[in-house]
Amino acid sequence: MSVRLVFLARLADLAGAGEREVAATSLETILGELGSDFTGPRIKLALNGTILTQRSDIELRDGDELAFLPPVSGG
Amino acid sequence: MNWRSFPPSVVVEMRADVRLIAAPFVPAAEMAAFAAAHPQAGGIASFIGQVRTDEDVEALELQHYAPLTEPGMATLAEAALARWPLDGLLMIHRTGVMQPGEPIVLVAAAARHRRDAFAAAEFAMDHLKSESWFWKRELSGGQWRWIEPRAEDRADLARWDLPKP
Repeated sequence: MSVRLVFLARLADLAGAGEREVAATSLETILGELGSDFTGPRIKLALNGTILTQRSDIELRDGDELAFLPPVSGG
Repeated sequence: MNWRSFPPSVVVEMRADVRLIAAPFVPAAEMAAFAAAHPQAGGIASFIGQVRTDEDVEALELQHYAPLTEPGMATLAEAALARWPLDGLLMIHRTGVMQPGEPIVLVAAAARHRRDAFAAAEFAMDHLKSESWFWKRELSGGQWRWIEPRAEDRADLARWDLPKP
């Protein structure tokens, strides 16, 4: 088991894939390893289908899904 | 069983037909079925969005994120049903790769009076265009290019004066 990272739209191009599995750790650690392209102010994060309103003191557990969402372009 | 004996949330779901689909659909057939399902409505307003024919654009792709996109569409339908007295609301949205001329979205609102139907359909479209969880890219010259958000779509949304999610 591990944490699934999901990258949407152009973030999938940047990541080289739409999904990636990483070992469970803190959100801060994951964001630090991905870098600012994935964590800037215009990028929203969703943990298990809920948008995160803040990013501190969050521990990810096995089975969690963390999605990286660039600004939507509309339907 | 009379519909009034169902809890309110079930009634909302019965009035709203919300679908996110990955295959082509035929708006005229959907409209015929929707009209037949709501014979009590005095008016039905509808909007079809389609991939515009542009000599430079070979295809359009809409990506979504199911854990957010589907609940977001359901919440939008509930908001429209709560705001206008509607008999029914239809929202069908494509995902995946589409060719020029293919329908992308169909929204229809059935109501006793036309103004409610027009307003609810426009409300649903403005929200689908600007704040729903879709990402769009175009294939042009063999290259895919992501489309950035449009300021006009945000401005259209502001008319409804609702708090952002």
